[in-house]
Amino acid sequence: MIAVLDYGAGNVGSVLKAVQYLGYPAERVDRPELLARAEKVIFPGQGHFAAMMTALRARCFLGALRDILQSGTPFLGICLGFQALYEASDEAPESPGLGIFSGRVQRLTGIFKVPHVGWSQLEIERPSRLLSGIAPGSFVYYCHSYYCPATHESAAFTEYGQRFAAAAEAGNIFAVQFHPEKSGDVGLKIFRNFLEL
Amino acid sequence: MLAKRIIPCLDCKDGRVVKGIQFVSLRDAGDPSELAEVYNREGADELVLLDISASREGRATLMDTVHRVARQLFIPLTVGGGVRTLEDALRLLGAGADKVAVNTAAVENPALVEELASRFGSQAIVVAIDARRQSAQNSEEPARWNVVTYGGTQDTGIDALGWAQRVEGLGAGEILLTSMDADGTKNGFDCELTAAVSQSMHIPVIASGGAGEPEHFADVFLRGAADAALAASIFHFEEHTIRSLKEYLEKQGVPVRLINHEA
Repeated sequence: MIAVLDYGAGNVGSVLKAVQYLGYPAERVDRPELLARAEKVIFPGQGHFAAMMTALRARCFLGALRDILQSGTPFLGICLGFQALYEASDEAPESPGLGIFSGRVQRLTGIFKVPHVGWSQLEIERPSRLLSGIAPGSFVYYCHSYYCPATHESAAFTEYGQRFAAAAEAGNIFAVQFHPEKSGDVGLKIFRNFLEL
Repeated sequence: MLAKRIIPCLDCKDGRVVKGIQFVSLRDAGDPSELAEVYNREGADELVLLDISASREGRATLMDTVHRVARQLFIPLTVGGGVRTLEDALRLLGAGADKVAVNTAAVENPALVEELASRFGSQAIVVAIDARRQSAQNSEEPARWNVVTYGGTQDTGIDALGWAQRVEGLGAGEILLTSMDADGTKNGFDCELTAAVSQSMHIPVIASGGAGEPEHFADVFLRGAADAALAASIFHFEEHTIRSLKEYLEKQGVPVRLINHEA
């Protein structure tokens, strides 16, 4: 079973739809105890960083998530689900993140229009399992006001105001800032890469 | 680089696409899900579905239409037409829409925009503004546009530029800006209106109304500072495909997302 984590604010429906379209059994999971029997976990995020961390804490998801991240179960964080893996975010300095990736999520600057909404290109920095078969320069759909800084785990970048991490990969942990569920065939291919792991 | 978006619009009535569809490649030219599939394959960056059903029965088919369109679509889908309450928005988002567009209801009750944005997030809220140019008293006077509602039948007297800035403050994620003067003319977008609004906002502006030729799209991106452009009949009649339009725009120096089908 592919667990799609539902903490009450993410774009769970469209992620479920994409996974099921690819022929995999996906379930909406809104209780932490159900995560333990998942073969893979997808964590779609949306909204405000503090609201997400508060909701995760209120539903007792934080411990279960840390267990998954350490267990070797393939994990895919999307958008705010990527940002949650950093130590902190400028969007909510008082709410610590999960601290898997070092650094602080920051507000997009140096460009007039924020949020960054629409299709931008991927600069693929190094080979990765998640982006296998994705051509450099492929367009993916974004919608965000805060960005993830580069770390050792970054696999691809996008430029909008500044260059930020578009995708990261570390062992069983995968994450993307863009929305694969809204990125057409490129997005479906990325999901398939994850599902076939 | 952020691509300028090309957004086909499906005007639906009683579950069927209206406004003259003439697709030779389709079995059934009026079926919204079939048309959505064609546009998706050609490289549409997003889809907008506007319900123009007048009757309660017509509106009841909307959820089914949205569900059928969204089922196999993996690009953003905006749905509008008659959204008046939080419950209306909730139903559309539940049926598979990614964003809802509000128009008249927002003008009559601006708090609705705030309510929708705080419940669903700004990324899910598009405010549609229909604007009509006001005749100037003399040539020195700057151009002005008023917000019109109820499909262009009522002039509210509200300044369109001020209204756009107000809804941004209330939490709108994008503006769908239709020039009522240009709409249906096929003489080109109102680039002056689009630039005035787009350059005064931090959120994306989707230009609408007047598309007839590929040159019009180049104009609204290069002169009108639009972030996206919406059109219906230019695509429905297969006069221009989305792919050929984007190839043209790329040659004009407009950044667009071209997809290849080998992937």
